Amino acid sequence: MTKYEPVIGLEVHVELNTKSKMFCRCSADYFGKEPNTHTCPTCLGLPGALPYINEQAIDDCIKIGLALNCTISPKSLFERKNYFYPDLPKGYQISQYRWPLCVGGKITLDSGEVIRINRAHQEEDTGKLTHKGRDTLIDFNRSGVPLVEVVTEPDFTNVEQIRDYAKKLQQLFRYLGVSNADMERGDMRLEANVSIRPETDGGLPNYRVELKNINSFRFMVAAVEYEIKRQIAAIEKGEKLSQETRGWDEDKKCTYLQRSKEEAHDYRYFPEPDLPELILDTKKIQQIKNSLPELPWSRLKRYEEEFKIKRADAQILSEDKKLAEFFERALEYGKKHQVSTQEIANFIINRKPDINSVLPTQIIEDIKGKKVGVIDNDEVLEKLANQAIEDNQKSADDYKAGKENAIQALIGGVMRLSKGKADAVSVKKILERLLKI
Amino acid sequence: MKLTKDQVRHVAKLANLPLTSEEEEKYSEQLSKILEYIEQLNKVDTTGVEPTFNVSGQENVMRKDEAESSLSQEEVLQNAPKKEKGLPAGQAGFFVTKGVFDK
Amino acid sequence: MSDITSLTLTQTLKALEDKEFSEQDLNRAYLERIKSFNPKLNAFLEVIETKLGIPAAIKDVISTKGIPTTAGSKVLEGYIPPYNATVINRLLENSVSIIGKTNCDEFAMGGSGENSAYGPTKNPWDITKVPGGSSSGSATAVAADLCVFALGSDTGGSIRQPASLTGIVGLKPSYGRVSRYGLIAMASSLDQIGPLTKSVEDAALVLEWISGSDGMDSNCRAEKWEMRGMGEIRGIKVGIPKEYFGKGLDPKVKKVIEDAIKKLEELGAEIVEVSLPHSPYALPAYYIINPSEISANMARFDGIRYGSARQNFGQEVKRRIMLGTFALSTGYYDEYYAKAAKVRTLVKQDFEKAYEKVDVIVGPVSPTTAWNLGEKVDDPLKMYLADIYTISANLAGIPGLSVPCGFSEGLPVGLQILGKHFDEETVLRVGYAYEQATNWRKEKPKL
Repeated sequence: MTKYEPVIGLEVHVELNTKSKMFCRCSADYFGKEPNTHTCPTCLGLPGALPYINEQAIDDCIKIGLALNCTISPKSLFERKNYFYPDLPKGYQISQYRWPLCVGGKITLDSGEVIRINRAHQEEDTGKLTHKGRDTLIDFNRSGVPLVEVVTEPDFTNVEQIRDYAKKLQQLFRYLGVSNADMERGDMRLEANVSIRPETDGGLPNYRVELKNINSFRFMVAAVEYEIKRQIAAIEKGEKLSQETRGWDEDKKCTYLQRSKEEAHDYRYFPEPDLPELILDTKKIQQIKNSLPELPWSRLKRYEEEFKIKRADAQILSEDKKLAEFFERALEYGKKHQVSTQEIANFIINRKPDINSVLPTQIIEDIKGKKVGVIDNDEVLEKLANQAIEDNQKSADDYKAGKENAIQALIGGVMRLSKGKADAVSVKKILERLLKI
Repeated sequence: MKLTKDQVRHVAKLANLPLTSEEEEKYSEQLSKILEYIEQLNKVDTTGVEPTFNVSGQENVMRKDEAESSLSQEEVLQNAPKKEKGLPAGQAGFFVTKGVFDK
Repeated sequence: MSDITSLTLTQTLKALEDKEFSEQDLNRAYLERIKSFNPKLNAFLEVIETKLGIPAAIKDVISTKGIPTTAGSKVLEGYIPPYNATVINRLLENSVSIIGKTNCDEFAMGGSGENSAYGPTKNPWDITKVPGGSSSGSATAVAADLCVFALGSDTGGSIRQPASLTGIVGLKPSYGRVSRYGLIAMASSLDQIGPLTKSVEDAALVLEWISGSDGMDSNCRAEKWEMRGMGEIRGIKVGIPKEYFGKGLDPKVKKVIEDAIKKLEELGAEIVEVSLPHSPYALPAYYIINPSEISANMARFDGIRYGSARQNFGQEVKRRIMLGTFALSTGYYDEYYAKAAKVRTLVKQDFEKAYEKVDVIVGPVSPTTAWNLGEKVDDPLKMYLADIYTISANLAGIPGLSVPCGFSEGLPVGLQILGKHFDEETVLRVGYAYEQATNWRKEKPKL
C-alpha cells in the first residue's frame, strides 16, 4: 500500500502599520471606525482617481524581504490583478506578479528544516463585507491599506512546522515594527496550499488545493489536517484530485468546495500603467539593511551561545523585542554589581516584572537585596545613623538649618558604615526623625 | 483569428458583461474581424525588443507616509443608488448590494 | 455683442483688462449663443449660468465637483463627483468659470461623436456631418464660439482630430505634462488632457495653466510648463514622414497639407523627408493596448458605489471591454498584449531616430475631412482606421498639435505638428508661425 506525504505551501498576508494607505493619503488606522469615513476617490475607486505609492510601505516590504534572506529585485513593477467582487472597488487589485520586490529567501525552523521563501511582494487590501440577511454591506475603510504577501515554496510536510513558521513570522513582523501581526484583528492572515504525493516520489503534484478565507489559526490547522486526510482517502479510492479552492466549515468540521478549476479566476495580470517602475539601487537597499534590528532568531542564538542560557529560557527572553532589550540593559547594570546573567534571567522569567513600569536597574537592586540580606532592623540602623551624624556634623547642621539635600551625605555615610547593606528608604526615615528639632 | 460564440460568452463572463444571444452573435463577428486585422502584428520581428508599458519617463515616484483628511461619509455615499426607506439599523453608512457569499 | 464671442482667449483677457466690456457681458453673450445654437449642435450636455470669469467648456470625462459628469454614458447618468480634477482647480485659480460640460463619445471611445448615449454632436460647418471625436462637444463649442476655449482629452487623436474637422486649434500635450487626476480613465498609458482653442497662443496659455503635477498623478512631471516665446522658425527642420502620404489619404486633403508644408518652407523651415517604418503596425498595436487598459478601467463600474448596471454600456464600450479582456486572458497575453507593447517600443524608436534629423514632424491629422453622420457607425474597424495618423503620438508619448490649414470642399482641414517628448515649445512655435502667416483662423462657420 502506497504511503503518502503532504506537500504544503503557505501564503501569509500582513497588514502594515503605516500612517497612511498604500496608494492614497487616507489614514490607515481604520479599525473600529465608523464605516466609509476613511476613504477618498482613490481607495473608493471613483472614476478619475489615481494611485500614488507610499514610500514607507515599500521600505517595510524590503525590510521583511531582507530579514527573510531574500534578494531585492533591482527593478520592480506593480500590476493589475483583475477580478470582480463587491469589496474590490476598482474591479482590480494593484498587486505584484512578474516583478515582485523580494525573491528567493529562506527561514530555518526550530526543527532545523529550512523553508524556502518564493517571494515577498506588495499589494493593497480590499474593503470589508458584512452580511445582513439577504444583503451584503460594504465598508471601504480598509480598502487600500498596505499588505505584504509572503509566499513559501511547498516545503512544509506537517502541521507543527506550519505552527512554528507562523509564530516566527509573527515575531519577525513585531520585531521589525512593521505590524502588530494580530491574527484576531486580521493584521496577519494565512492561506495554505495542500497536496499529497507518494512518499517515494520527489516531484511536485500536478494540482493543489487552496485553503482560503479561514480567519483563525486554529481553524487553519484543523483545515490542513482534515484536508490531508481527505486527499489521501480520495486517492486511495482511486479518485482524481484537481485544482480547487476550499473553505473550512467549523460546524461540520470539514473543508468544502468554493471554486473548482473551471471557475478559477483568470486574473489577466498586466503592468499597472498608472505607476512608473521602481528601480531599487544597492545604496538604498544597504541603507535599509543597516537599519534592521537584530532578528529574533539571531538574538536567540546569541543568548544561547554567548550568554550560555538554556534554549527554553533564551526563547522566552528573546521572544518579545522590548523584553529582550530590557533584559540586556539589566545585564549591563548587573555586570557592575556582580549579579550573574543566569540570576537575572531566572528573576525575569520567574517573577515576570512589569517592564513598562519597572527600570532594569531596579531588577538588579531587587536581586542584590535578596542575595546579600538587607539590614532593615531599626535598632541597628539607628545606631549607624547616630554614628553617621557624629562623623559628619556639618551636614547635620546644614539639614537642620533648612538645606534638605544635606541629608544625602548622611544617608551615604550610613551606607558606607553598613557596607551597602542598609535599606536606604528606612535610613532616610530614621535620619529625618533623629534630626528633627 | 475567429472568435466563436462560446469564446465570446466566456470573455463576456470574465468581463462581467451579460450579453443576449443576439449580442453574442454580433460581437463574435465584429471582434473576429478586428482580431484578423490585428494579426498583422505577427509580421513584425520583435526579437530582443523590450516592451514599453509607460512613456512618462518617470521612475521611483513615491510620497512620504503622511495621513490627510478623507471624504466625509455623506460625500462618499452621495452617488450610491437610492435605497429603500426604513433601512434596518446598522446599514447606515454602508454600501449595500445583493448578498454575496464566499469568494 | 456678437463680436465678444468671436474673440480668442488672449484677446478676451486683454479686452477685459482694457475694460472694453465686463465679465458679466462676456458670460451673458456666450450663454445667449449657447441658448441659440446648442439645441441644433448638441455640443453641451450641461450648461451652467455663469456670471463671472472666463467661460470654458469642459469635456464630460473630466470630473467637476458638484456638477454632473456623465462621460457621455447612460452608466454615469446623474453621477456627481465629490471632487475636482486637478486641471479644473488650475483653471479656477486662473479666473476661469465652467460654462458647461460637453458631449463626447461614450467614455471617450470613438472618433466621430456618434457613440455618445446622449445623441451625436453636429459639425458647425455642416450639421449633416460629424465633428469628429471623441472631444466632439468641446471642438464644436469652440468652433461655434459657444465658449472662449475648451478642455478635451486625447488618447488616440481625440483632441487633434475633432480640432482638424472643425477648423480650430487642438493640442495633445506630451504624456506626463498634465495631471490626469480626475480624468475618467480610458487607456491610462495613452490619455492626456489638453486645450481646444481659437488660436495657437491660447493653447500655449491654457497649457501653462494646467501643466504640472499636484502630487496625485504619479506619471505627471512636477514642473509647470512655461512658453518662453514664439518667434520665427527660420532654420527649424521639419520632417515629412513618407508613410503618411500614401494611399488612404484623400487626394484633396493631401493637396491642402502639401500647400501648408510649402508655406512652412516659405517661412524658412527646412523640409526633410523622414521615415517612420513601423507606422502600419501602430494601429493594430494601439487597438490591443487601448482596449486592454480600457477593460480594466471599466471594471470599477459595478453600480454599487455609483452609476447604473453594466448592461447600460453602449456597443463600442462593450466591444472594447471584450477585446481587451480577450487580449489579456490566459494563453493570449504574450501573443497580443506583450507583443503590442514591444511594437510600441519600435514605434517610439522610429520617432527618436527621426528626431535625430528633424525638430518636428508634420503631416495630416485625418485622412479625410468630416464625413456624414451615420456613414461609419456600423463598421467599427473602418472607424478605427481613421485614427491612422494620430495614434502613434499617443503610443510614443510625444506632443501633437492640430492647426487649421485650409478647406477641402468647404470643410476644414488640420495640419498636424508632432514634437519631441516634452518639447511643446517647438511644436507651438511652428504652429504659431504658420497660423500668423495665414488667415484660416478668421473663417467661422455660418450657423
